[in-house]
Order: sequence, then structure tokens, then C-alpha cells
Amino acid sequence: MSKQDFKILGTRPIRPDGLDKVTGKAMFGADKSVTGMLHARILRSPHAHAEIVSIDTSKAKALPGVKAVITGADFDELKNRWTGYTSQNCMAQDRALYDGHAVAAVAAISKSIAAAALKLIEVEYNLLPHVTDVDEAMKPGAPVLHVGVKARKLGDEVSGNTVGYYSFGHGDLETGFAEADEVIERSFKTAATHQGYIEPHACLADLGSDGRGELWCSTQGHYNVRLICAEILDIEESQLRVTASEIGGGFGGKTTVFIEPVALMLSRKSGKPVKAVMTRDEVFRASGPTMSSSMDIKIGMSKDGRITAAQAKLRYQGGAFPYQMVMMGAMSAFAAYDLDHVQSEGWDVMTNRPKMISYRAPGAPMAVYAVEAVVDELCQKLELDPIDTRLKNAAREGTKSSYGPTFKAIGLVEALEAAKAHPHYSAPLAENTGRGVSCGFWFNFGGQVSVSMAINADGTVNLIEGNPDIGGSRASISMMAAEALGIPLDRIRTIVGDTASVGFSDVTDGSRVTFAVGIATINAANAAIKEMCKRAAMIWEIDEDAVEWVDGAAQPTGHNAGEFPPMSLAEIAAVSGKTGGPIAGHHEGAPDKAGVSFGVHLVDVEVDPETGFTAVKRYTAFQDVGKAIHPAYVEGQIQGGAVQGIGWALNEEYIYGEDGRLQNPGFLDYRIPVASDLPMIDPVIIEVPNPGHPFGVRGCGETAIVPPLAAVSNGVSRAIGKRMFELPMSPPKILKAIG
Amino acid sequence: MSKIHVSTYVNGDAVEFLCEPGETLLDVLRDRLNLTGAKEGCGTGDCGACSVMLDGRLVASCLVLGAEVEGSAVETVEGIATDDALHPVQKKLLEHAALQCGICTPGIVVAAKALLEKNADPSEEEVRYWLAGNLCRCTGYDKIIRAVLDAAAEMRGVSA
Repeated sequence: MSKQDFKILGTRPIRPDGLDKVTGKAMFGADKSVTGMLHARILRSPHAHAEIVSIDTSKAKALPGVKAVITGADFDELKNRWTGYTSQNCMAQDRALYDGHAVAAVAAISKSIAAAALKLIEVEYNLLPHVTDVDEAMKPGAPVLHVGVKARKLGDEVSGNTVGYYSFGHGDLETGFAEADEVIERSFKTAATHQGYIEPHACLADLGSDGRGELWCSTQGHYNVRLICAEILDIEESQLRVTASEIGGGFGGKTTVFIEPVALMLSRKSGKPVKAVMTRDEVFRASGPTMSSSMDIKIGMSKDGRITAAQAKLRYQGGAFPYQMVMMGAMSAFAAYDLDHVQSEGWDVMTNRPKMISYRAPGAPMAVYAVEAVVDELCQKLELDPIDTRLKNAAREGTKSSYGPTFKAIGLVEALEAAKAHPHYSAPLAENTGRGVSCGFWFNFGGQVSVSMAINADGTVNLIEGNPDIGGSRASISMMAAEALGIPLDRIRTIVGDTASVGFSDVTDGSRVTFAVGIATINAANAAIKEMCKRAAMIWEIDEDAVEWVDGAAQPTGHNAGEFPPMSLAEIAAVSGKTGGPIAGHHEGAPDKAGVSFGVHLVDVEVDPETGFTAVKRYTAFQDVGKAIHPAYVEGQIQGGAVQGIGWALNEEYIYGEDGRLQNPGFLDYRIPVASDLPMIDPVIIEVPNPGHPFGVRGCGETAIVPPLAAVSNGVSRAIGKRMFELPMSPPKILKAIG
Repeated sequence: MSKIHVSTYVNGDAVEFLCEPGETLLDVLRDRLNLTGAKEGCGTGDCGACSVMLDGRLVASCLVLGAEVEGSAVETVEGIATDDALHPVQKKLLEHAALQCGICTPGIVVAAKALLEKNADPSEEEVRYWLAGNLCRCTGYDKIIRAVLDAAAEMRGVSA
């Protein structure tokens, strides 16, 4: 696919929702209130694992101002097993499965009365043995979270908590390792991290006794919220209208429901609108987080840097319910390399922790971290250049990937070559400083999408899409619409419609929005263009096929078609009432040719040998994004992903005590990177067009969180002269490694 | 529980409200005065999303009681743009694409404006340390820091 010339794509206009966001007008999840609204609060288990013997809500119900109290008894058992787990995660049934698990909820006329009512609910618990560590949870004899859900292929060597097993690869490991001059086998651990969005989960629910409901919430996918809530509340999807508020960050963490079914149930019971907002403590204890991991990696390399064989064993812990996510790690682990002999296996494991949910490139960062750390150690041992070695093994177009498919056009080699040529890579290093390199990969997704576009009589265009805008997508969608229609950007207004306004759209995840909504937008524009050409043909009294669309106007295809001056979109729209009525275009589909994306990160870290503190001194991130629609927001994705990865590498972790309670449920103790921790993050955009998108777009949101874990770890390992095998690399761990 | 009557100034306007003794200034602004620009990201003073000015001082409004602001002057993000003109900090945040989700943006606007009123020519390091109490999970801070430095330059009448 050759590079195209664009008028609007690649420019950096001000985002359409920007003014509201810098002036405080934008309405986020907790910003909406209605008359007569009640406030919800949720009572949560202080125990890691306990049978709920009884719940006495009588005193809470008797408190003046309390309008409804609910427990697990108010929620029906569901036919769909997976929705059932989601429901039980929102409100415990017979057992509390983790510290923070919801056991009851109240709705009252004020926040303070709701808080007071919580204290009047009496829960009798019978404590059960718990487990929070992945390796412990896999051992036969570990306390099992749910019976009868063990992965079918597994035997007695692992406990019933092991709910998933996956294996990918090709070739013969024994043959490959025999060809190696050096084989390194290492074990790694990474802590669970939280998505850390600054906006806590929030919603406003109103569900009438007639089964009709309105739900306003902060979510990455309001159709998904509707689907789940309709099932849990046993109402029809058409009767529950869900509106996505502006969303204050999600990173995968808002792809499910936590408080929405609870607020709807409280509304149904009280007959009043109910607002529910999580506290930060609740966000940490009961939403998110991502998986923690325990991994074994074995890689063989020839003296000249060719990887001869590679093996990964990944054990992920995903909290208190069955889940499927280690598969993504097993598929991603070796995606960057063209290998003859490769195998990756993964095990999904339950523990007494909050139910995991996606976090940006879910499953990939930890697997790639472990692989890239061993690749780096091999480079050190064999005295090879880390980028040359990666180039020697790099996947490219035609490579059969370690997880099966053969890659189409991809940009890993281009990213590696750009990194090698960048001044950062050859800059001198100061004392106690190390330079780390890592590749990263993410699949990107397509998925179901609906777009509706109306051409207004004044020549402007309204576009409705169904995907919450989490990082500037209304800007990129508007730009693609303008490019496709051939009109100025300011003629277009894009909004995110509610579930009653436009057709089904999958969740804003998988880096899919610019890709999938983009394709739907282009197709909707083409449908509108077809109609506008038809109207022009009607006016000119020529054949419809003799009209083409050029630079935002209909024109005859040639002299034979007739001599008419071009009719612009505005001119055609102005007379649309007389040529057949309003003009619109729409598209519904499920595009599936999302191109995979690779990145390469370079980091210089300085480690203080006395304190073990690591300072990030310089950071450059290279990423193939296919085509950057709005380069500034693409850079922002790369920068933001890199910094989340830096936090994962250095600071962030869920810390559990022996009692199975989370010890750091707040931003003071769960420390995400702050401005003073960081240097500028230099993003380098690489554009190898995705052949599966008319403009060449690949997803760009997730790949950037994958390389930083290993890049930082490799930098630290080189700075201190000792390899690190565990994240986060907090100062005590680094001091211990230094010895 | 009887409520407390408070008279104060918010964004230059005299306002009165009744609040419970335990209610925070943030709750009052959001729930009683319908000024939802300040956000509650943590409720414990760790994230800066609720930043407002109280008598010329930058505070986390989740750590101030509503009853404390009797006779004070409170300035929120809603009061910063005037006569349809954005403050340079707001303008530069937009120009630099320095927001993604935008939930931290009101706090950043208030805090950065406060910095530039104290220090017209801050270094990158000074901006980074001043904004260290304003958590942003989307941007990695790079574009925010550049926007604030650029706003400072514009306010000084020089190009960055």
C-alpha cells in the first residue's frame, strides 16, 4: 500500500471537546444529578475469603432517610455463566471472595445518611482459608475459589483454581536449543497493577417499575453495559437506555460493570434515581486490576545473535472469578521474533483478589518483559548489540508468527532501524546509568461498529458514533469524515450517541476505535456521497453513473457526461428538500483487518547505588501506527503508555498482607508516576500503512505500555551490573540485588 | 443534623449555602453550587483533581470543609476563562493536545495558573515539581509541561 496524500489527516487541529474540558464544563460520570436523586453506598467485605452466614439490614432500613437496602439476595442466578460471574462480582452471593467484595448496598437521601446506614448493616462472616499468590494458588491443596471450573486439559498437578490453559508455537524446542551456543533460563515475577484512571467509577441510574430505565455512566462501552445490566436486572435491552458520560480514563478498567447493576437495583427498589460513585479506596479494592504473574523463560541463541529456540511458561493470577487472559500473554510473548522453534504456554489462575479486568494490552506487558529481559541478558553475555540482535531476529512481512498467523506489512524493522539511528542510542552514558531496549507488540482489534451521518441543509454534517471517546477520538473521527467527504473539518460535529441513538458498537478497547469507527465513518461518508451524486445527476438530468465526487463536490465524470459546473456538498444539501428529502449515510459492520503494531523503546536510567532509587533520565519511544490521523494524540498515546509502563516497572504494585487484605488502596501508597518523576518522553511515529484500512490506520493506544517494563528493567540491570527478575523494581529490591 | 449557614464568594460572586459540618468544600461546590469542574479523584488530597484557589492559595478542596470558607474568596476552574477568552494555560493545553480524557485538566488549569502568578518564568523542573500533586494517568505529563512553559512564555510576551 503506497503512502497517500491527505488534506486533513496528519494535521493537529484543536479537539472538538477541548473547550469544555479546559473550562470545567465537560460532564463526567459523577457530574450529573437529577431532582429527587438518592445517593448509594456499598458495604464491602473486610475479609479475603469468608462465608456470608447472615446479613441483618433491619437497622439500616430503619434509619430515617434510607430508601432502599439490597444484598446478594436481590440478585437472581443467571443462565449465562460469564454474566453470572460479573453479577456476583458486583454483589456477593453466599461468599465474599476478596477484600473489598460488595456484600450490601444502601440508597439514602444524602451521602452522610448513606454512609451512616452502612455502619448499621450487620454481617456475620465465617472466615475461610484464602490465597493471593499465583504460585500458591496453583498448588494442589490450595483453597479453591470455585469448584468445577478447572481447565479441562489439566490434571492433579495443579489446583482447581487453574481455570485456563493455552499453548502456542511451532517447530521443535529440543532441536532449537541444541543449535544454541548459549541458553539462558530465568524466572520472573510481576506485581498486579491498577489502571489508575483518575475518575472513579460513577453512574446515575433510574429504573422504573415498568422495566424502563435510564443509565448515565462512565464506561468504555455503553452497549456492553446495557447488555450486562439488562441481563442482571432481567429487563429488555431496548428498555434500558445507556448514555456514556465523558470518561475520565479507563485503560481497559471500564470495559465491564461494577456499580451500575447495584445502582439500577437500588433505583428499582426505591423508585427513585440513584447516583453511585466509588471512593478511591473502592476503586483499588474492588475494580481493575490487571493480573500478577510468575513466569519461566528459556531462550537459546547462537554466537552471532540468532535465536534458535524460545520457550515461555506464564502463570497469571486474575482474581476471584474464572477469566481468560493469559492467552494474550502467551500469544504476545514472542510476537516480535521470526523463530523456527518456539513454544509459549499459559495458565489462568484464580485467587482471593479482585476480579481482573483488561489493562492496556492486557496480558502482553509482563510476558514481553520476561522475554525481552532474557534477550537482553543473552546480548550482554554474547557481547552483542541489543538492537542489531533484535533486527537479526525481527518479525517482518511474511513471518509466521509464534501464535499462528503470518504477518502482513508490519513496522518492527522500521522501528528498530529508527531507534538505532536515533541520537539517543549513541549518546554517552553517565556513571551509574544504564540504557535499556525493548520491543513491544499488540494485536489491535476491529469489532462491531455503527456510524450514522446526516448531511444538513446548511452544508454541515452531524456524525453519531457509538464508542466513548477516551482520548480524542471525536477529533480523529471528524478528521476522517472531513477527509472522506472532502469538506473542511469545522463543518463536522461528531457526537457519541446513547444506546437508543445509533446501532450497536463494541467497547472502546483493543485500540480499535480509530480503526473500526474510522472504516465505518469512511463507508458512511461514501454512502452519503453516492446519494449526493444521485441528487446531482437528477438535477443535471444525466445518468447517476456519470457523476463522480471530487474535492467535496459532485461533477460529471467527463465531457461525454455533460458540461456542468461542480455542485458542492453544501449546494446539493441546500436543495435536498426538493430532490428527495434529507441526505444521510450510515454504516454498520465488523471490520477485522486491524493491523498489528510494534514498538521499540529506549530508556536511560540512573540508579543511586546508596538508596536503590531509579531515575528515568531519557526516554524515546518508536512505534508503527500505520497512519497517524491526529499525530499529537498519537504521540500522547505513546507517551502515556510509556509512563504507565514506567510506573509498572518501578513503583506500582498491589501489596497484600498475610490476612489477604490489600495494604495500599490509595494514591499515596499505590504510587503512579507524577510529573517530577519523569523526563520528556520523546515519541517517534513510524508509518507503515495497514493494508486493512483505507487510510492505513493501525491501532496505536496499547502497544506503548508493552516495551517499558523490560526497557527499564534492562536499563537498571545494565546500570547496576546485576540482572533484575521482579517488578516493580522498588529501591529495596534494587539494593538487595546490588548486595 | 442541623446545617451550617455559610456566606462566601465563589468566582467573584457572593453566594450562600447550607452544609453539613462534615461536608467538604469540594462537596459543596459540586453538590450544592452545581460547580462540577473540580473533580474528586481520591478524596484524600493525593490527586489534585479538586484543586481550587482559596483566598489566593492553591488547595485541595477535598481537604477543606465547606464550613471553613465563611467570608473567603474561592476561585474554581469555572471562573478562569473570561468574556469568551481562555486563559493562556487553557489555550496552550488545547494547542499542545495536553489532555486526553480531561478529568485532571481542571485541576491542572487551576494549579498551573497559580504557579504562573507566583513565578512568571518557571524552569521545566519547577513546573514538574509544582504539578507533582496533580496526577494525570493519560499523557505522561510531557505535553502538559510543554503547554505550561509555552503559556508562561506567552504571558511574558516572548515566544517559547
